Amino acid sequence: MTVETGTPAAGDARPAGDDPELVQLLTPEGERRPNAEYDPLVADVTDDDVRGFYRDLVLARRIDTEAVALQRHGELGLWASLLGQEGAQVGSGRALRRQDHVFPTYREHGVAWCRGVEPGLLLGLFRGVDQGGWDPLEQNFHLYTIVVGAQTLHATGYAMGIQRDGAVGTGDPDRDTAVIAYFGDGASSQGDVNEAFIWAAVNNAPVVFFCQNNQWAISEPLERQTRVPLYRRAAGFGFPGVRVDGNDVLACLAVTRAALQRARDGEGPTLVEAYTYRMGAHTTTDDPTRYRLAADLEHWKLKDPIERVKAYLTRSGGADHQFFDAVDAEAERLADHLRTFCRELPDPAPTSIFDHVYVEPTPPLVEQRDELAAYLESFAAEEVRS
Amino acid sequence: MAEVSQFKLPDVGEGLTEAEIVAWKVKEGDTVKVNDVVVEIETAKSLVELPSPYAGVVDKLLVPEGATVPVGTPIIAVRTDADAADQPAAPGEPAGAGVVGGPSEDMVPAPQPREQGEDGGQQQVLVGYGPRASVSRRRARRTSADVTSGASSGTSDALTATFNAVDRSARVLAKPPVRKLAKDLGVDMTTVVPSGPDGTVTREDVQRVAAGGQPAETAVVTGAGWDGLPREERIPVRSVRKATAAAVVASAFTAPHVTEFVTIDATRTMRLIDRLRESREFGDVRLSPLAVLARAMCIAVRRTPVVNARWDEAAGEIVLQRYVNLGIAAATPRGLVVPNIKDADRLSLLDLAVAINELADKARQGTAPPSDMTGGTMSITNIGVFGVDTGTPILPPGEAAIMALGAVRRQPWVHKGKVRPRWVTTLGLSFDHRLVDGEQGSRFLSDVAAILNDPAQTLVWT
Repeated sequence: MTVETGTPAAGDARPAGDDPELVQLLTPEGERRPNAEYDPLVADVTDDDVRGFYRDLVLARRIDTEAVALQRHGELGLWASLLGQEGAQVGSGRALRRQDHVFPTYREHGVAWCRGVEPGLLLGLFRGVDQGGWDPLEQNFHLYTIVVGAQTLHATGYAMGIQRDGAVGTGDPDRDTAVIAYFGDGASSQGDVNEAFIWAAVNNAPVVFFCQNNQWAISEPLERQTRVPLYRRAAGFGFPGVRVDGNDVLACLAVTRAALQRARDGEGPTLVEAYTYRMGAHTTTDDPTRYRLAADLEHWKLKDPIERVKAYLTRSGGADHQFFDAVDAEAERLADHLRTFCRELPDPAPTSIFDHVYVEPTPPLVEQRDELAAYLESFAAEEVRS
Repeated sequence: MAEVSQFKLPDVGEGLTEAEIVAWKVKEGDTVKVNDVVVEIETAKSLVELPSPYAGVVDKLLVPEGATVPVGTPIIAVRTDADAADQPAAPGEPAGAGVVGGPSEDMVPAPQPREQGEDGGQQQVLVGYGPRASVSRRRARRTSADVTSGASSGTSDALTATFNAVDRSARVLAKPPVRKLAKDLGVDMTTVVPSGPDGTVTREDVQRVAAGGQPAETAVVTGAGWDGLPREERIPVRSVRKATAAAVVASAFTAPHVTEFVTIDATRTMRLIDRLRESREFGDVRLSPLAVLARAMCIAVRRTPVVNARWDEAAGEIVLQRYVNLGIAAATPRGLVVPNIKDADRLSLLDLAVAINELADKARQGTAPPSDMTGGTMSITNIGVFGVDTGTPILPPGEAAIMALGAVRRQPWVHKGKVRPRWVTTLGLSFDHRLVDGEQGSRFLSDVAAILNDPAQTLVWT
């Protein structure tokens, strides 16, 4: 049996290491690789910006490792680690404009960081004290979606709403708005995601489908999800797809900027496949040593998204040890802050479950809430904590 | 004096209850920083390294390697006072695995420990401590709803009562918070009369009982019932009762029942019975409206055979039966039985009356052979003998129709344009709607009614 995988479209032939389809601007060794199509999109990036990316990458990783530790301390019920995917998240996250909207999975801690969401608030959901403790409208960063792939439909619907608001293709850079939906390679097999592709394509919705292909759907490897590179699926739905080195923060920035601008200009959706690797477990409950080889991990360690930026900055003279040490120190302070923040997250009042069901609570809900409150009131006061 | 914090075994895998301590990475006296790996544990899911939540000096390893302990067990005690944390590790002793980063930043002040020692400290339920940690003490109710369980242990009666209560409470329908309320109030759920939808016990029901509106079982457990007998007596479900229960449940929840009623003037039937009783052929045979009904059904069924058919679920077929094994529900000392008369449709009214009487006698005496109890095709239940008018009978399993015969009594009835006292009765027919439609069931019922209304009708149909 043969499978027709198609040939790369004209202009896709960008030599990049061992994968000719991959957009890469920074090699794993930290060398800047020229790219005629995408170089203009990052022409404005200064060394200062790259230092900023480096800081984002390190802090995102530190947030993540601290959250894993907090789970092991018994402070969190669960945590989904982003280890290895920092480049894809920071690169795409920094490509967003203020007015753009993000629909994340439950692993987009790095994007949340770029949007300015207080990292401590990410912990509430995993500590079980709230259902997502940040205001999605404050940073246009929507709540984590646990249902795999469902957020792609939310994003598409939101994008269609933006269309109807007339905030697409006006040429006003502060008005034109795009939506980005994050998902993974596993979600690409979901019906929801495929429906979102269809709706977005047919409606020419201003949405970017940002797939972090981290090679693993929990324990299911990529080869059991697809017979073609994921980005090529977009062609079947009728919009462009592109594969980018997900461990290359600069390439992710460039590719996502292009896709977002396309969306804002009213040219419709784009599928970005950020080719990366999940270096950690699926969640703290998972043990990846049971289903994958240590050799794969070693191979991907050489492509670390942070090391290549560090190498680039060192080589270019854009940063010195002082800078790197300062970032490390800041990361530790952030970890400290997270630990304290986590332990001080208030336990929710039992009646808080009623608060966010409807904008205006319904009479039965009010009745139930009052009944619960009265019931709780019937207990003797808890003994004063010593 | 040093402040000591205990690290309790967390649930690292969403619902784990225990883990094995595989290897300690530190020993007593070692200095640890926050997130230094202190121990390797193995859960049902994976091998996991646990980082220390505390900075300080290891005071004590509380669980030996190789031991399996429940989630929530303190496994290591760390002296977290500043002095201890500042003490350098003994020369040559690595301060635990995975020491990375600059030391000054890592020496964070120890977080205020929320966990107190096991003695008297409040039990903070941490999310990662899994299900076990959550079973802490219960807060007292503000309202002193008294009603504690009867402390009369020791007597076997009390024991039995306890077991019974447990047994029956499993069948009470109530939402978990209501059960909790009942438990807190000391109300036995099985004693609460439910008023909620679908027979559920509501919060109000429980509160009414707790307030004394309805006695809780525990409050009167020593009282006697009627005639000085025990308040409750438990009768084992055996033989006929068990079979009946199984049969009606199987039938009621397998065959969708429809019941239709018709009230008729049975005066002519009663006159016929009177005349036949006088006749020589019937002599000492007890002839009753039941026998006439049986005969009427055997005749009417020829016009609507499907009411005598059988649903064969396995084969996906309806089995038309061109014979009538007519079941007669009989109340016996042992319970309800439905023996049937084989090929009842071939019997004359006289033979049918004789057969019915024999069948009933045998059933009451318990001498009916098992073959009498199987193979029925349709049935009659003569609830009229109890003086009631009608009912909605449940089909004997496998049968498509059952007729309830109500009491036949003198009632005012419009007869020939005037109100007259007439013999009136009500027929109730339940049928299996899977194979009998309303049209067929109605036709059969009205045919039977027509015969009882005017037995001469049989001359037309036979």
